[in-house]
This record gives sequence, structure tokens and C-alpha cells, in this order.
Amino acid sequence: MILFEMIDFDTLRVIWWALLGILLIGFALTDGFDMGVGALLPFVAKTDVERRVVINTVGPVWEGNQVWFILGGGAIFAAWPPLYAVSFSGFYLAMFVVLAALIVRPVAFKYRSKRDGAAWRARWDWALFAGGAVPALLFGVAVGNVLLGVPFHLTPDLMPMYDGNFAVKFLGLLRPFALLAGVVSLSMLLMHGAAWLNLKTEGLVAARARRFGVIAGMVAAGGYVLAGLWLALGVDGFSFVNEVTPNGPSNPLYSEVTHGGSWLSAYAERPWIAVAPLMGFLGIGLTLRGLVSGREVTTLLWSKLGITGIIASVGLTMFPFILPSTVDPNSSLTVWDASSSHQTLFIMLVVTAIFMPLILMYTAWVYRVLWGKVTEDDVTGNSDTVY
Amino acid sequence: MEIGLVELSRLQFAMTAMYHFLFVPLTLGLSILVAIMETVYVMTNRPIWRQMTKFWGMLFGINFALGVATGITMEFQFGMNWSYYSHYVGDIFGAPLAIEGLMAFFLEATFVGLFFFGWDKLSKVQHMVVAWLVAIGSNFSALWILIANGWMQNPVGAAFNPETMRMEMTSFFDVVFNEVAQAKFVHTVSAGYVTASVFVLGVSALYLLQERHKDLARRSIAVASAFGLASALSVVVLGDESGYSASHTQKMKLAAIEAMWETHEAPAPFTAIGFPDKEARETHYAVEIPWVMGLIGTRSLTQEIPGINDLVDEAEDRIRDGLIAYDALMTIRAERDATSPELRATFEAHSENLGFALLLKRYVDDPREATEAQIKQAANDTVPGVGPLFWAFRIMVALGFSFIAVMLYFFYRASFRRMQFPRWSLYAAVAIIPTPWIAAELGWFVAEFGRQPWTVDGVLPTALSVSHLSVADLLISLAGFVIFYTVLFVIEMSLMVKYIRKGPFQDVAETEAWQERHIHRLRTHDGQGPFANPAE
Repeated sequence: MILFEMIDFDTLRVIWWALLGILLIGFALTDGFDMGVGALLPFVAKTDVERRVVINTVGPVWEGNQVWFILGGGAIFAAWPPLYAVSFSGFYLAMFVVLAALIVRPVAFKYRSKRDGAAWRARWDWALFAGGAVPALLFGVAVGNVLLGVPFHLTPDLMPMYDGNFAVKFLGLLRPFALLAGVVSLSMLLMHGAAWLNLKTEGLVAARARRFGVIAGMVAAGGYVLAGLWLALGVDGFSFVNEVTPNGPSNPLYSEVTHGGSWLSAYAERPWIAVAPLMGFLGIGLTLRGLVSGREVTTLLWSKLGITGIIASVGLTMFPFILPSTVDPNSSLTVWDASSSHQTLFIMLVVTAIFMPLILMYTAWVYRVLWGKVTEDDVTGNSDTVY
Repeated sequence: MEIGLVELSRLQFAMTAMYHFLFVPLTLGLSILVAIMETVYVMTNRPIWRQMTKFWGMLFGINFALGVATGITMEFQFGMNWSYYSHYVGDIFGAPLAIEGLMAFFLEATFVGLFFFGWDKLSKVQHMVVAWLVAIGSNFSALWILIANGWMQNPVGAAFNPETMRMEMTSFFDVVFNEVAQAKFVHTVSAGYVTASVFVLGVSALYLLQERHKDLARRSIAVASAFGLASALSVVVLGDESGYSASHTQKMKLAAIEAMWETHEAPAPFTAIGFPDKEARETHYAVEIPWVMGLIGTRSLTQEIPGINDLVDEAEDRIRDGLIAYDALMTIRAERDATSPELRATFEAHSENLGFALLLKRYVDDPREATEAQIKQAANDTVPGVGPLFWAFRIMVALGFSFIAVMLYFFYRASFRRMQFPRWSLYAAVAIIPTPWIAAELGWFVAEFGRQPWTVDGVLPTALSVSHLSVADLLISLAGFVIFYTVLFVIEMSLMVKYIRKGPFQDVAETEAWQERHIHRLRTHDGQGPFANPAE
């Protein structure tokens, strides 16, 4: 088959790097508000009816939203197999915790309102809280660790090996910078969840959500500035020593990499990428203004813009690195040497180009059908069908 | 290579996969049954069918939540526990998994919310379409997962690339239209339909025994037995298709399932019962049916099916051949750009047996240094556990045939005996509820345990596929899964029981009142009368 040579290997790699970013952003924009809503649940809703209102704002959509995450995992596997292999096993216990949270969340949504007891419901409320807050925090911690570099190396057979025992491997992830990244991630998704509740609920619940949203947005912006300063002053970046061939074979060991210098030198080389952090600040700023003044649809859109800017800034800053190694920099995974084969990338691009527009269309239709606020009457009047 | 790690990783994968598959078959089948019921409702406009849709839909939802939740584990575990596998075959195996998300899971998950929350927001026809989209999504999901799994059984359309040290896709078409994958897909979804049919049949029988919700129960039995009969036939026919494709793709698995130690001259007999003895390499007290095995395996009377002993000898030859490829690979890797075309040619000529050389990695770091005894041992390793496979297969097949009988009986009573069922048959229907799950789990056991010692047949040994985690990592996650999954299982079962006991939550009069309101609501909604719907 010669068809796949229509697009150069290096171009395909950049496209798939961008698609990976788009999937992660898609996940943060959709499932992000579900997780934010879960984490806000105990604080913005006090009575059982209020809690059910909050849960039912995401009740019909969280399942579809979560697929962004699952698809993100699948896309990493299909397009970046070495990244999938190294990161999922290297962060083993952290992944297990995320998995536990993601298993408990669907079950909690579905089962919470299927029994009446107060204790039963309180337990599931905690599950929803943890199911939202824990992944939101740990995803940020993971991103922080990626910026710091991860202790792994590849054998000549390209078998991933990790250094340090299991306790170090899990606790070792909780480095101060990574925790700060976790705080940024958690607070921006809390802000996003609040913007969603501001749109979908009314009265006291919406008022509480706005208050928490403003606090979360300020923490996110502050944390983001702090992380930027930290990157400038206290975190070493990675760079290639030798000339790389962007369309060479996917073998990370073929390139020579050094650990040193600053990630932020990327902004000197490609000044246009400053647009991403600016989007981040602009988005958060306008979200805060929208929350204070009670605007609904636009606030959610600004929140999306802010999150997009923040996530994009990480990827653009690191390009072409996707998972650098501290113990053996030469093992670092980059856009040029950690992808699938030329043909697989092409086929997956064709499939994505067909199905992604369809997905966006029917998802938009579902949101349109479900448009409107969830009220206390909706919940009490339809106890059989809603959560 | 640390054996404890490999075994624990396998145990965890087997446990989480089989647990996941407690929920999948019911999702596959019930989604379609519910969509059929809703279609009947839309066509006849009779409230009872809406009640049925909502009742079975509710049970579907309880089951679906755990299917989704435990499915996430499956997708992550390849990377978490099988990182060398993920690197080695991700170029091929990752694609169907990602396509599953794009094409199937998005569809299913986006519309399942609307199925439960959209009753008041959609017209009848729209809601029916949503139900079908959920059913189509879950079934397409199974298609892509089984294409991925089929490739592990019969790795077509791929070749090893020495520069990237992994298998890479050479033909997407071959991967998708892999005969093993296609046969497995229809076999597996049919098994799901049988599971759901037996479930609906059993719960309905319970209601008839309890003398309640009789209208709902009788109609449910009529739908389930018709659907179940077609599916049960399909399971057996397509199971036979799987056996046929195994006879030329996975000879060792087939020989192990049949406990066929020696190559028998064609046509080979089928051993109905017996006690396989792996040490002595013979089957004690075998009861044989002449010709049948040859007919199933080769669909001819003249083709031979190789026995285990011959296949072990063949494996030994392939290991030695694979060592030539391995040696060439090591030189190619060391020289990189300076590799001579002759060496490349040598590698290409022997690369199809490279995986066999990797079997030796379990005993020595460099397979080229393996002793004669280790080569013999590695060849012996290619024989999976014959006894468990032999019995698991036979129980599965016996259950498969019994489902045809059950469905035939209920279909006959429902169609020609005015839906009157004797009490003994109702008790039996309740009693057999768990059996399709047993058959399905045994089926996966045969497929996956029978593939050992490989993760990808003939390409990558299981012992080499694992992540280099510590045993402690595995013990923590394994304990976590056991506790977590047990709690969830208890909760799931208790909710199922609660909702079955409660029964359908709206009586017919209430549904009629709802219909009135609904029509009114839709009329006022767009000001042009109800959405186009000939039945209204």
C-alpha cells in the first residue's frame, strides 16, 4: 500500500502529537466538569434534593464524556505505543488509584439514588467526591512529573525498566513541583465544574457554586504563575544533542539527549507559543468575571478557553519531548522516535477524520436535547428515571 | 526472568478480564432485546411494551454501569502490566482498541444517558432510535475488541522491524478481516444474546411462578425465546467455525483441547470423554467417536490433524530456525547502518520463527547460549494445560447444545401453546440463569489459556510480555482489585435482586396517563402536533 505515503511520516507524527493534545483537552473540557462537579458536590449541595439536582446536571452526559479519557488511552496505545508502555507501567500504583476512582464513579452515579437510606447515599456522595477530586489532582501530578522527567530507561530490546522500589515509585511522584501542578489541575477543573453548575442549576446551589468557582479560579491562576516561575528557575529541561531525523525509525535509543537548560527556552525559539499561556490567563480571568456577574453560557466557554490554554502550554513548551527520562536522558520519548509506524499513523488518521466529526455532531445534538436547567421539581417528579 | 511476577500478572489479568465478562454478555444481548421491545411499542403503541422496555432497560442500566467501569481496567492493564507487550505489538494491537473508542464506545456511551433521561425530551421514534444506537454501539464495541483479540490468536498482516524492535502493521485489511476475529465476533456476540435471553426467560419465569406481572412475563418470554433460539443456533455454528479456523491457525490449541497426543490418520476420531494425562502424554479411559474430529477440524475425510507430540517436534525445529533470525537480528542491531543486504535477507528468511527463539528468554538472557536441554524444555513449554482445556471445552459445548433445547422448548410453548408453561419448566428456567455465564467464562478460558505460552501466538511469549514491576506492586494491586471487585459485585447483585423483586414500576394505567401527557407535551413543544409517527 503506497497510499499512506501521501502524508510524510514526520508530518503525521506532528498531527498525532496535536491529536493527542486535542483528545486530552477534549477530556478536560467534558469529563473535566463532571469531575469538578463531583468534587464540589459535598460543598455546594447540602440537602438530598440539592445533591440530586447537582448529580443530575451531569447524569445523562458523564458516560459519553468519560469516553474522551478512554479514547485518549486508546490513542496513546495506537499512535504512541512506547509512551503507553512506559507511562502506564511506570506510574503503576498511581494509575491503580486513578483506576479505582474511575471505577467507583460510574457505579456511584448509577447506584446512589437506587436506595433511600441516608448512610447509603452519604457513602456514594463521598465516592463521587473522591472519584472527581482524586483523578483531577493526580492527572496534574502526572503532568508535573513529566515536566520534571521520570526515572526510567530502555534496554537495547526497548524493554522499559524503572528505577526505585515501589514505595519510592508512588511517593516519589509526589514531588513539590508535581504537587503544585496537581493543585493547578484540580483547581481549574473545580472552576470548570462551578461554571457548569452556574449554567445548569439555579438558586442557592448555583450561588454556592459561583463562590467556590471564584476561589478555585484564583487558585488556578496563582498556581499557574507559580509553576511558570518554578519552571524558569528551578526545573531543568531536556534537549537533543545530535541532529534528529524527524522521519526516522521509532527507536528512542537512536537519539542523544541531554538534561539541562530550561524548558522555557522554547519561548525564545518559537515565540508564537506564548499564545497558549495568554489564552490560559485570559480564559480564567473572564471566567472569574462571568462567575461574579452571573453570566451563564459565556462563562462556561471562557472556562473552556482557559483550560485549553493551560494544557496546550505544557505540550507546546515541551515539544518535541513527550516523556523525558532523568536517569537515562537518551531513553527519553519524543515526537520523532516514539510513534507508531507510518502506515498505522495514516490509517488511524483516516479513521479519526471520519468518526471525530460524527462524534462531535451527535454529542452536540445530545447536549441540545438536554438543554436547560435541572430544577428540584425535575428531580422529585421523576424519581424513577433520574439519578 | 522473575516467574512470580509473570504468574501474578497473568492471575490479575485473568481475574479482571473474567470479571469484566460477567457484565459484557448481558449488555450485548439485553441492549438488543430492549431495542426490540421498544420497536414493538412504537409499532403497536401498546403501553405494556413500553413498560417492558423500561423494566428491562433498568436492569440493563445496573449491569451496564459495572461493564463500563471494569472495561476501563482492561484498557489500562495492557500498559500497566504488559508494557513489553504494548511496545512489541502496540503498532497493530492499539489500532482496533482506539477504533473501538471512536466508532463504538462513543456512540454507546453518549446515547445511553439519553436512553434513561430522554423519555420526556424525545418523541417515541427518536427514543427508539436512541435505544438502537446504544445496542449497535455495544455490539460494534465487541467487534473491534475481538479483532484485537483475534490478532493475538492469529497474528496476520504484521512483520517484525529490526530497527524499532517490534512488530509493525503491514496490512490493516488482513488484521480487520482476520478469519479468526470474524468467527470469534459472531460466536461471542451470539453467546451474549443467549445470556440475555436466558436471563429474561428466567426472571420472567420467576414472575409467572409468583403469579405477578404475568402480561409482561409472557411477552418477555416470547421475545426472549425467539431471539434466544436463533442465537443459540448461531453460537454453536460459529463455534464450529472457530474450531475449523483453529485447525489451520492454532494447531496446538486444537490438539490440546482434544487431548490428541499422536497424529491420527485421517479422519481423526473425536474423544467425547477421557482423562488426559500430560506427564504420560496419553488420555486414560477415552471414549472415542470415529471420524467426527476430522470432519470438524478439516471438513474433509482425508486431511490429517497433527497431534501434540508432532507439534512439539515442530516447535523444536522452529526454535532452532528462530535462533538464526535472532542471531541475525543482534548483528543487524549492532551494525545499524552498515548492515549487509545478505544479513537482512537471512533475517527476513527466518524472522517468522523469531518468537520461538524468544521462548528461551525464560531460561537464558541470550537465547543463542541455550543448551540442548533448554531448547527441548522450551519446545515442551508450547503445550498448554491439556486437562483443563479438555474439560472446559466439553462443558461449554454441552451447555451450548442445552441452550438450543431450552430455547426450542419455550419458543414452541410460546408460539403454539398459547404461552402456557408447565410449572416444572418455569422452575427449570429460573435454575439455569447462571449457566450461560459459566459457558461464556469457560469459552474465554479455552481461548486464552489455550493460547499459552504465548500472548501473541508464535510471536511473543507471555513470560516476556510483562512489565518489570516488583512483586509488591502486583500484590497491592491484586489485593485492591479483589476487595474492590467483591464489594462492587455484592452491591450489584443486591440491586439487581431489589429491582427484580420490585418489578416494573409503572402499571399500565399509569403508562397510559403518561402517554397522554407526552403527546400533549410534544404538541405544545413545537406547535405543529406530535412528531411524525404513523402509530399515533
